[in-house]
Amino acid sequence: MHHTRRKPVTLVTAVLGTATLALVGACSSGGAGGGQASGGDSTTYTWWDPYPQHDASSDWEARVQQCGEEAGVTIQRTAYDTTALTNQALLSAQEGTSPDVILLDNPAVSTLADTGMLTTMDEFGLDTADVDANLLDAGVVDGETYGIPIGANTLALYYNKEILDAAGVDPASITDWASLTAALEAVTGAGHKGITFAGIGTEEGSFQFLPWFWGAGADLTQLDSPEAVEALELWKGWLDAGYAPNSVIQNSQNTTWEEFLTGDFAFVENGTWQVNSAAEADFETGVVQLPAKDGGVAPAPTGGEFIVAPVQSDEGRYEVTRQIVECMTTPEGFVETANTFAYYVPPTEEGQEQLLAESPELETWVEAVRSAKGRTSDNLGTDYPKISEALWTAVQNALSGSATPQEALSAAQADAEAATS
Amino acid sequence: MTMTTLPTAVGTREDAGGAAGSTPAAPSGPRRRRGPSASQWAAVGFAAPLLVYLVLFYAYPLWRNVDLSLHDYTIRAFVQGDPEFVGLDNFAAVFASSTFPAALWNTAFFTVVSIAFQFTIGLALAVFFRSSFRLSGFLRALFLVPWLLPLIVSSSTWAWMLNSDNGIVNSVLESFGIGQINWLTSPDTALIAVTIANIWLGIPFNLVILYSGLQNVPGEVYEAASLDGAGAWRQFRSITLPLLRPVSAITILLGLIYTLKVVDVIWIMTTGGPGNASTTFAVWSYREAFGTGQPDFSPAAAVGNILILVALVFGFLHLQLQRRQEAS
Repeated sequence: MHHTRRKPVTLVTAVLGTATLALVGACSSGGAGGGQASGGDSTTYTWWDPYPQHDASSDWEARVQQCGEEAGVTIQRTAYDTTALTNQALLSAQEGTSPDVILLDNPAVSTLADTGMLTTMDEFGLDTADVDANLLDAGVVDGETYGIPIGANTLALYYNKEILDAAGVDPASITDWASLTAALEAVTGAGHKGITFAGIGTEEGSFQFLPWFWGAGADLTQLDSPEAVEALELWKGWLDAGYAPNSVIQNSQNTTWEEFLTGDFAFVENGTWQVNSAAEADFETGVVQLPAKDGGVAPAPTGGEFIVAPVQSDEGRYEVTRQIVECMTTPEGFVETANTFAYYVPPTEEGQEQLLAESPELETWVEAVRSAKGRTSDNLGTDYPKISEALWTAVQNALSGSATPQEALSAAQADAEAATS
Repeated sequence: MTMTTLPTAVGTREDAGGAAGSTPAAPSGPRRRRGPSASQWAAVGFAAPLLVYLVLFYAYPLWRNVDLSLHDYTIRAFVQGDPEFVGLDNFAAVFASSTFPAALWNTAFFTVVSIAFQFTIGLALAVFFRSSFRLSGFLRALFLVPWLLPLIVSSSTWAWMLNSDNGIVNSVLESFGIGQINWLTSPDTALIAVTIANIWLGIPFNLVILYSGLQNVPGEVYEAASLDGAGAWRQFRSITLPLLRPVSAITILLGLIYTLKVVDVIWIMTTGGPGNASTTFAVWSYREAFGTGQPDFSPAAAVGNILILVALVFGFLHLQLQRRQEAS
C-alpha cells in the first residue's frame, strides 16, 4: 500500500513544480529577442549556403575563401540543406545572430525580406541594372531589391537519343504539346517508356508543373482557369494513356533522373544541374526546350540562389560584406561560379556571353534561363509558397484520380484564396 | 467540446494532487513563515538539477508550443517577436479546415489498425517463441531487425517495394495475375500502404514486451492445464490471455502513444499524399511547420497541441493502469 501511494505523489509534485517554473521561464524568455549580436569578430565573416555536397576541401569552398582573402578577412562557411537554411536564417534573425552573407534559394528571398531581416542592395550601393530582369524579379519586393542572383538554373526536356532514333522521332519536331504527345505515342508504341517527371507533393512538384501551367497561358493568381485545367489534363492524359508511369505522383526530381538513367525512358523533365550526369550516361542524350501549348518555349521557373546580406547591429561590417558580394557578382565571378558548379548560368548578359564562349554546348540552357520566370514574380512574393502548396496538392489529387483536374484546381483556388487573404 | 473539457480535467488533477504532494516538502499555510529547515533546503538542492532539467527540456518547449498556437506567428512576427494574440483562432481554423476530418479519420485508422495487427502478430510470435526450440533465439533476434534499422532506411525500402511500376510487391502480384496496385499513389491505398509498413516496424516492440511478459507466467500452470486435458487453444484463452492482461494493456497503450506521433514513416513514403490521403495529425503539423516554403508555426503548433492532449489522455490512462497493477 505504502508503495503505491507514494508514486503518484512524487509524480504530481514534479508536475506542479514544473508548471510553476514554466511560468518563470516564460517571463524571462520575453526579453530575449531584443539585442543584435554580430555574427563573428571583425576579421571573421560568416557565410551560409545550401551546398552541403561541397565540403571544406571543395573548389567551391576555395572560391568562397578567395573572395574573403580579397576583402582581407576569413570567411567561415556553413552549409545547410535548402529547407533547413530558410529555417536557420529565420531562427538566427530572431536571435539576432544572422550571418553576414547567405546564399538563399530564390523563392525564399521575398519571404525573408518580408521579415525585415535583409538589407537592400541600394543600401549597399550595389547596382543590379545588369542582371536579367526575369531572374532578378524573385529578389524584388515592393520595388526594393534584396539580393543578387549568383547564377540561375531551370528545367528543360532531356531525351534518350537512342530511343528516339529507334522510334523514328526527330527531337527538333517537338515544338508544342501536340507534337510532344505524338512523340510519346511513337516511343511507347515502339515498346519504350515515354516520359517521367516529378509530381511529388512538395515544392518540387509545383516547380516541375509550372512550365506546363505557364506554357498553357495560366496565371498563378487564378489556379482554376481553363488554361490551368488544360495543363493538368495534359499530365493526367499522359498518365491515363500510359505515356508516363503512375509513380510520377511520388517522384522527386532525383528519382526521375535515376529512372531516366536506366535507359528505359525517352524523356525526362529535369534541370541544368544534371548536365554533367547526362554527359556520363550510358546512352546518348540531348536536350530540347519545354514546349508551350501552342508552340514556342514555355517559361520554366527559375532555380538558383541569391546572395543576400542580413541586417547586422554593427553596420561597420557592411563595407567588407559589400566587397564579398561584389566578388561573387562580377561577370568573371559569375563565370567562375558557373564553372565551379558546372551548371550555373550567369544572370547577366555579359556573363552569359563569356560562359558561352567557353562552353558553347550550354546554349540550350542559356536560352532556357533567358525565357524562364521567377516563381515569386508577378508581385506574388510571400503569397507564392501558399499558392504553390495549393497547386501541388491539386496536381496530386488529379493525378491520383481522387478528383478531376477541374475539381482539383477549383479546390486549390479556394484554398489559395483562403490562405493568402 | 472534448477540447474544452480535457485541459480543465487535467488541470484540476494536477492542482488537487499538488497540494497533497507539497505537504511533506514544504508545510503549508502560516507555518511556512518560519522558513524551511536545513534538511528541506538540502532536499531542494538535491532536486534542483532535476527540476532545472525538467523545466528546460520539458516545460519550456511545451509552453512555447502553447504560446505559438495562441498567437499569429507570421514569418515576420516570428523574427520581430511581435505576434498578435489571437486566442483560440488557430484552433478554430484547424477544426474548420477541410484537412481536419481527413486527418482525424486517417489518424484513427492508422493508429487502430497498426496497433491491432502489431499486437496480434506480436502476441502470436511471443507465444510461438515461448516454447524453446532449436534456433529459436536466432529467429527471435531476426524479428528485431525492423527495430535496429534506421527509419529512413526501412521507410525508403518500403517505398521502393511498393512502387507502382517497378516495385517488387506489384511484380509478385502481377505474376499471380493480379493487376498493378498503385500502393502509394492512389488515394484508396496510400493509407493502407503506410499502415502496413508501420505494422512491420512495430511488431518487434510488441514481441519483446509480450515475450518478457510470458516469461513471468509460471510453467506449472500450463503443466497443470495440460494434465487437465486443456488443448493449446484452451490454454491460450484461459491461461495466457488472462495472465498477460496487465502487460498487454500497457503494450497497447504505449503503442498508441508511439503510433499517434509517427511522422517519419509516412513523410518518407508519401509525404501525407496523394493530396491528403495519408495525412495524419502528426504529418499535418509537420507539413505546416516544415513541409512548405513558408513555415506556418502557429497552426502547426495548434495541431501539435491537439495531438499532445490526445496522447496525454492515453498517458494518464497508462499511469492509472500502472498504479492499479502495482496495487494488485
